[in-house]
Amino acid sequence: MPFVYKDDVALADVAFQAWGETLEEMFISAADAVTGAMVADLETIRAAQIREMEVSSSELDMLLFNLLQEILFFKDAEQILLRIGAVTITSAGGEYTARATARGEPIDPGRHETIVDVKAVTLHLFSVEQTPRGWRAFVVLDV
Amino acid sequence: MSILPGAKKITDSIWEIPTSYKEGMRVPARIYGSEKLISEMDRGVFDQVTNVATLPGIRKYALCMPDGHWGYGFPIGGVAAMDERAGVISPGGIGFDVNCGMRLVLTNLSYEQIREHVKNLIDRLSQRVPAGVGGSGFVKLSRDEFRSMVQKGAQWCIENGYGWQEDLERTEDWGRAEGADAAKISEKAVERGYRQIGTLGSGNHYLEIQWARPENIFDPLLAKALGLTLKDQVVIMFHCGSRGFGHQVATDYLQKFLKVMEPKYGIRVLDRELACAPFLSPEGQDYFAAMKCAINMSFVNRQVILHRVREVFSEVLGKDPLDLGMHQVYDVAHNTARLETHLIEGKPTRLLVHRKGATKALGPGSRELPELYRKTGQPVIIGGSMETGSYLLVGVGGAEQTFFSTAHGSGRTMSRQKAKKMFQGKTLLKDMAQRGIYVRTASLAGLAEEAGRAYKNIDEVALATEAGGISKRVARFVPVGNVKG
Repeated sequence: MPFVYKDDVALADVAFQAWGETLEEMFISAADAVTGAMVADLETIRAAQIREMEVSSSELDMLLFNLLQEILFFKDAEQILLRIGAVTITSAGGEYTARATARGEPIDPGRHETIVDVKAVTLHLFSVEQTPRGWRAFVVLDV
Repeated sequence: MSILPGAKKITDSIWEIPTSYKEGMRVPARIYGSEKLISEMDRGVFDQVTNVATLPGIRKYALCMPDGHWGYGFPIGGVAAMDERAGVISPGGIGFDVNCGMRLVLTNLSYEQIREHVKNLIDRLSQRVPAGVGGSGFVKLSRDEFRSMVQKGAQWCIENGYGWQEDLERTEDWGRAEGADAAKISEKAVERGYRQIGTLGSGNHYLEIQWARPENIFDPLLAKALGLTLKDQVVIMFHCGSRGFGHQVATDYLQKFLKVMEPKYGIRVLDRELACAPFLSPEGQDYFAAMKCAINMSFVNRQVILHRVREVFSEVLGKDPLDLGMHQVYDVAHNTARLETHLIEGKPTRLLVHRKGATKALGPGSRELPELYRKTGQPVIIGGSMETGSYLLVGVGGAEQTFFSTAHGSGRTMSRQKAKKMFQGKTLLKDMAQRGIYVRTASLAGLAEEAGRAYKNIDEVALATEAGGISKRVARFVPVGNVKG
């Protein structure tokens, strides 16, 4: 699994590290970590509906922050659980843009073993960094 | 673990970290709690409360209550008063769940009278008050109606038949933050939250049926004055907040502040989650007006839930809620910033008091209190873990030292990940049933994260607020039924 939840950081919240060989892969892992904090088994989410997401920022880390927020937005606004299947990241004129295709379905308590509602992505210890093996992010979620 | 090196003991319940501890601290930090509570606090508390002490315009002390634990930005349990003119406002000092709070409701029933109904009551409550991930409520509003509602606060509920007129004076600020401006909230925030009125959420949010054993009444006179007049009296307590709407308002402004904080205002912070803007700047004022919309949404949410609770009790027990004595004791807010007047060096000074996981606690005689509680002091409701119990306290005059603030809960000592590894939801459910606590949960894994042993001892926390002179214990309640988010 390209993400891991961390013990003993911000006790009441959920912290995770996500990684990928490319920036795009890392974004997908981090998005799964957000949804995975809410649902025990990501495989139980059927790809029944599609949502397109587009976010921008002049900073790479805030680009991730904005994309993760989209997952939370749809969870509340449409009661839908999403996993990002593909993402493309482009940059032009000092601005990064991430376009993602997310698939998922409405929350079904009968089939989805939910864990905890994620309220927000926080900026506490939030980081995106390039490593010799790819990209890594550290994120604390407010739950 | 030991007390942080360099911390100075002020009294048995107050510890001070001097400004020499960290570069940039403008005021010392003070943490409330017994030696045991403080030695068990995680390092995040000390780090975060001293970060708060570096914020521009902070007055007197960066404070942390006895239930303090590692949060994001501020510690949970953090209190900071910023000068109105020279200070900042920070979403990280309020929290994403704006006005997460507690409400306590009386009944005129004894535990014996409801014992056989607990399961039915909890089952029905769990249907009427949706809990868990996402969730939508029964109140159907258009986006425009929602915008109007968040400016009105709890009064909107009374006008729409979701409560009694008397509920308002028994709610902090009469259930309405003055100056809420819906022009300052994003369409995204509205879209995210306008279907969630009357929902509990998850995590540490809950709705409980509890009772007060005679041996758990600490001050019989105060208890009586607050409506606890019967032996083994049953009460209802719940904890929830402003749902996706409040979360989005905070997120929107966190991002806005990050963009202007350093380039426009030259402010640097030690943790980006402390992003802030001068309180009187256009950005600061916009957030203040938007945040108040979230405060109001939360008051409405709890008022609508109270309405549902009264409906369910009435149906199950076959009596009118009024005949069941279902008067609200009080509703307190946790995650807010309020403009208040406090004495600084003897002079009344306007301060923006941030309370993140802390409760406002006004002492007897405060003109801000309704007549009903002028003599007793403000009711303070401290929710414990679902296994152990909760407290009713009152504010005291001595709380001037904390800008009239006290604890809000028992405070975690164990991370969610660790709790999940240590406890099994199913086993917990069975154990609690054996101890007479019936639980309906939206999530077994979530239940395990909320195990009693993942929290500090609520008795120690409540006692520490009394020993520190910031509130006074009135009664302790034990749960018999729990709807867990």
